[in-house]
Amino acid sequence: MSESEPAIRARGLTKKFGDLVAVNDMDLTVARRQVYGFLGPNGSGKSTSIRMLCGLLTPTEGDIEVLGLKIPDEADALRKRIGYMTQHFSLFTDLTVRENLEFLAAIQNLSRRDTTARVDELLEEYHFSDRADQLAETMSGGQKQRLALAGAVIHKPELLFLDEPTSAVDPESRRDFWEKLFELADAGTTLLVSSHYMDEAERCHRLAILDRGVLVADDSPADLTGSLRGRTLEVRTDHPRRAKEILLGVSGVISAAQIGNSLRVLLEKVDDNTARINEAFEREGLSAEAEPTEPSLEDVFVAVTYREEEQS
Amino acid sequence: MNSRRLLAVVVKEVRQLRRDRITLAMIIGIPIMQLILFGYAINLNLRHLPAAIADEAGTSGSRQVVMDMLATGIIEPVVDATSAQQLMAMLRRGEISVGVVIPRDFERRMEQGSEAVQVLVDGSDTVVQSAAAQLAQMPLVHVPGVPRNSSVPLPETPIRVVSFYNPQRVSAINIVPGLIGIILTMTMVMFTAVAIVRERERGNMELLIATPVSSAELMIGKVLPYGLIGLVQTSLILLLGMLLFDVPIRGSVLDVYWAGVLLILANLSMGLLISTRAQSQFQAMQMTFFVFLPSILLSGFMFPFDGMPHIAQWIAEVLPLTHFLRLIRGVMLRGAGLLELWPDVLALVVFIFLMMTFAILRFRKRLD
Repeated sequence: MSESEPAIRARGLTKKFGDLVAVNDMDLTVARRQVYGFLGPNGSGKSTSIRMLCGLLTPTEGDIEVLGLKIPDEADALRKRIGYMTQHFSLFTDLTVRENLEFLAAIQNLSRRDTTARVDELLEEYHFSDRADQLAETMSGGQKQRLALAGAVIHKPELLFLDEPTSAVDPESRRDFWEKLFELADAGTTLLVSSHYMDEAERCHRLAILDRGVLVADDSPADLTGSLRGRTLEVRTDHPRRAKEILLGVSGVISAAQIGNSLRVLLEKVDDNTARINEAFEREGLSAEAEPTEPSLEDVFVAVTYREEEQS
Repeated sequence: MNSRRLLAVVVKEVRQLRRDRITLAMIIGIPIMQLILFGYAINLNLRHLPAAIADEAGTSGSRQVVMDMLATGIIEPVVDATSAQQLMAMLRRGEISVGVVIPRDFERRMEQGSEAVQVLVDGSDTVVQSAAAQLAQMPLVHVPGVPRNSSVPLPETPIRVVSFYNPQRVSAINIVPGLIGIILTMTMVMFTAVAIVRERERGNMELLIATPVSSAELMIGKVLPYGLIGLVQTSLILLLGMLLFDVPIRGSVLDVYWAGVLLILANLSMGLLISTRAQSQFQAMQMTFFVFLPSILLSGFMFPFDGMPHIAQWIAEVLPLTHFLRLIRGVMLRGAGLLELWPDVLALVVFIFLMMTFAILRFRKRLD
């Protein structure tokens, strides 16, 4: 297995729970040393996909290769080389910070001597030096999440799975947390992070968007937004709700979302819609003006999930 | 199996246990509470006690006495015996509960009006004792072939009951050894079942199964501390039993602990199996009661095994507590060695092996 090999390669990945198709025919390639994002609403199959990639769930169909290992057959070998941070805090709340880290170090096969050194190093690095003997249950959401990350990287894994790591954390902790993630990526770790926050998705090197179990987009954030150029408009008006009604009556408009006193409009394709929309406003006697604007990830998200709706 | 990882699981478990005040209180509180609660005797009439009869006289008169005794339905001969010594050995091994000796000079004794028949009773079970007392009430009025000497009155108590092992019929002496089994069954099954299900409920398990720690390391590491707790509880009951009720340990103390270890392992492995099925801590508790209730009712702790219908006896044979009770009563009260009681030892070993195998097979390092 060479370094240029992707960290994760999945083909036709499918998981059914009874009649429910949680993940449907997903193809996925994650290059090494990347922060790869999984963006999607709750129930879109992010957690199920991650669990299959770690070997915790057996896929109904499809082939998975992670770090050159066949999953789920070689999941035991994989466990030594990956870190997994669960969606909910899964360390022991009735153990102290140090006890949690010591336990994880031991079950990750670190020797006694290495454990002491590594735990001290992590306590320092993750700002727990003065809280080493505090019980995990008494810590804040941000602290718990930092501890969980320290625990997930204790054995310096090559690949780190993070399932909605920041869902219970304040914005400042989220920013610090992402700093840590990029430090890890710089040090050579591959990270797969799921999230439903657009601003987090924007930070990823590459991004997959999931909608009801289907991978609907997979590219760098810049390319994803770039592909929408010309299809996003901003409408400034004093009567945004009225303007929205008019907009949704114009053919070719996929969505119109109110943001304060303006509306963000997504068009089906690039054409002369701007003129038609302004005409519609004039006809209805509403003082409003539509202007082209830079597409955002949110627009991408709406655009790709909208197409899904059309098909189904 | 990696000893470093196994030890890590044990240390983690002990640390968590140390902070869990309610569980700690239960470990000490339950034995003390039950020892006091069960300090009452439970008595019932019963029939079909396994018995052996040594008819040393072998006369038509003695045969008549034997027939009369069998007609009461209280005893049922299960083995043949020819001497009182044999009967005592059988009692000791727990093969019979009652032994009847009709001495060689039975006819002469009857003529003289002295005690003519001896009933040897396993006094380690008070219910058996009282049943045997009923036998003693049996009148030996008409014995054919014995010339009635009208000048000698019939003895008032022609049958003498000799109770072995618990002559004063102190009920605590029977209760305390059994109580070790009851408490170990109650706490061990529940603690292990809940301990593993709790990790699944709190989400710890999802993290653990994504690490190199193996199923066996996790399971054994989790139950070892509870096994030690079981031994502490055993010691506590033994000590309190001796201090409060003068309960004797007639066999070897080491055998008592070996019997304890067998029951602890049996219950821990059953707890593990429950934990692989239960979805929540509440479910684990419910399943524990499915095991605990039959154990307490059918094992012979509350009601004597021999008095139960066959179907109940079959169920009881599957429960580890039944076998433990036979072992612990044999060792503590009758002074028997574990080797003499090997069938029950074997039953427990087989039980542990089966439960542990099922538990480890069922525990998958997968979420589905």
